[in-house]
Amino acid sequence: MASYNTNDFRPGLKLMIDGDPCSIIENEFVKPGKGQAFNRVKIRNLKTGRVLEKTWRSGESVEAADVVETKLQYLYNDGELWHFMDTESYEQVAADETAMAGAGQWLTGAELCEVTLWNGAPLSVLPPNFAELRIIETDPGLRGDTASGGSKPATLETGAIVKVPLFIEPDEVIRVDTRTAEYVGRVKE
Amino acid sequence: MKDSHSLAAGANDMLQARARLVAQIRDFMAEREVLEVDTPALSPCANTDPQVESAPVSLTLPGAPGPATWYLSASPEFAMKRLLAGGSGSIYQICKAFRNGEQGRRHQLEFTLLEWYRVGFDHHALMDETAALLRDLGWRTTERRSYRACFEASFGFNPHEAEPECLLAAARKAGFAGGAAAEVDKGTLLDFLFSHGPGPKLGLEQPLFVYDYPACQAALARLRPARDGRGYPVAERFELFIAGLEIANGFHELTDAAEQRRRFEAENRLRQARGQALMPVDEALLAALERGLPDCAGVALGVERLLMALTGATSIAEVNPLAPPERGSDS
Repeated sequence: MASYNTNDFRPGLKLMIDGDPCSIIENEFVKPGKGQAFNRVKIRNLKTGRVLEKTWRSGESVEAADVVETKLQYLYNDGELWHFMDTESYEQVAADETAMAGAGQWLTGAELCEVTLWNGAPLSVLPPNFAELRIIETDPGLRGDTASGGSKPATLETGAIVKVPLFIEPDEVIRVDTRTAEYVGRVKE
Repeated sequence: MKDSHSLAAGANDMLQARARLVAQIRDFMAEREVLEVDTPALSPCANTDPQVESAPVSLTLPGAPGPATWYLSASPEFAMKRLLAGGSGSIYQICKAFRNGEQGRRHQLEFTLLEWYRVGFDHHALMDETAALLRDLGWRTTERRSYRACFEASFGFNPHEAEPECLLAAARKAGFAGGAAAEVDKGTLLDFLFSHGPGPKLGLEQPLFVYDYPACQAALARLRPARDGRGYPVAERFELFIAGLEIANGFHELTDAAEQRRRFEAENRLRQARGQALMPVDEALLAALERGLPDCAGVALGVERLLMALTGATSIAEVNPLAPPERGSDS
């Protein structure tokens, strides 16, 4: 089993803590005068996203987590799982609802996503920062209203619902920031 | 004119602040007729304390067939005690100390220590004098609290009498992820609990002296029975905290040569058990203790840390423009 010594600790290192894969956010060397040296570490649980603090005696070894961050291409959703492919090895992996955490609502096919794999299985999926998606349902556009600043909900082809300005028409393609789920602009066809 | 070789903004102010601090310390000691001394930084002996790693250096002595391993001084304590035993009277020194493997926001491989010894003082008298130095540096008031009171305020139980299981349970709750229960000693658990619980909150309003440490944290301090009539031993040791930062560590010094030898040997046994290199015991110190160390108290104060406290800096690198970059930490 691979492990890391506390001397190897640095931000981004992946450790197994209480059975869950975690990533180091911050590592501090703490040593009371005349006392034991410690590594006090702030870590993020990659399964739950929770941030916690743990402390080891300096020099101890901690089990490494087999966590890999990679770019995979989205293929399709079979109704339950989202399937991705490594474009070099053609190997495929499937992510469940938990790993997707809503990322699926920005994907239509062929997007390259940041996938975090733990023991070869997807732990989390980050879609590209921007998605261009067609509106399938929204109120008819208010012509000329480009200044009032009002907004209305629009349902996109993937099922995602975002707020769009009042002048946007059904069937238009819009650009959305997937990190904030906010409308960015129209895409001219 | 600024170029890549000139000091960063504020660094020159820091050099001035440091020079002022060192001058004030020397004035303070001169007024009290504490003699400045200078002891060797290199020694064939080293500290046996398993928590302190001395930095070895390879030296070739004249006429020797090959190089020998000597050590950079991790503390001037042993050398200064030899002077005390030789009749120097009260002494102080401002010198570099070297600690292998210690590097972080509050640690450097080499740092400056102010260490002083007062003949005839106990640890409370030395706390009085340290408070007087702080007054000269601008801290009008200081306070004192026992280790037990600080610990109880965070954890609700008496650290001196607590069973190891109780300490371990409290440590686990506070995020201690180290080793199996059987191999974690009481000292480690107390170090963890004190540094993660009360430690960062000590001395926030005014400098705070914490005194009477658990017996297992005695280091080179004397032991005596606690004053609450329960009979457990406490170490006559104190530490100074300013804004959560440990600034100084002092002892009512152990003068018993036989007890000192036992502690050195116990430390080397612990080193062996942990797979650390054994350190050559300072026989010259033991011989000096046998001749007789006068009753005294001593304190070591981190000059960079005191400068941090004076200037509000949050890392040693901020007060030392030439500090090497940190490794393995984000800050």
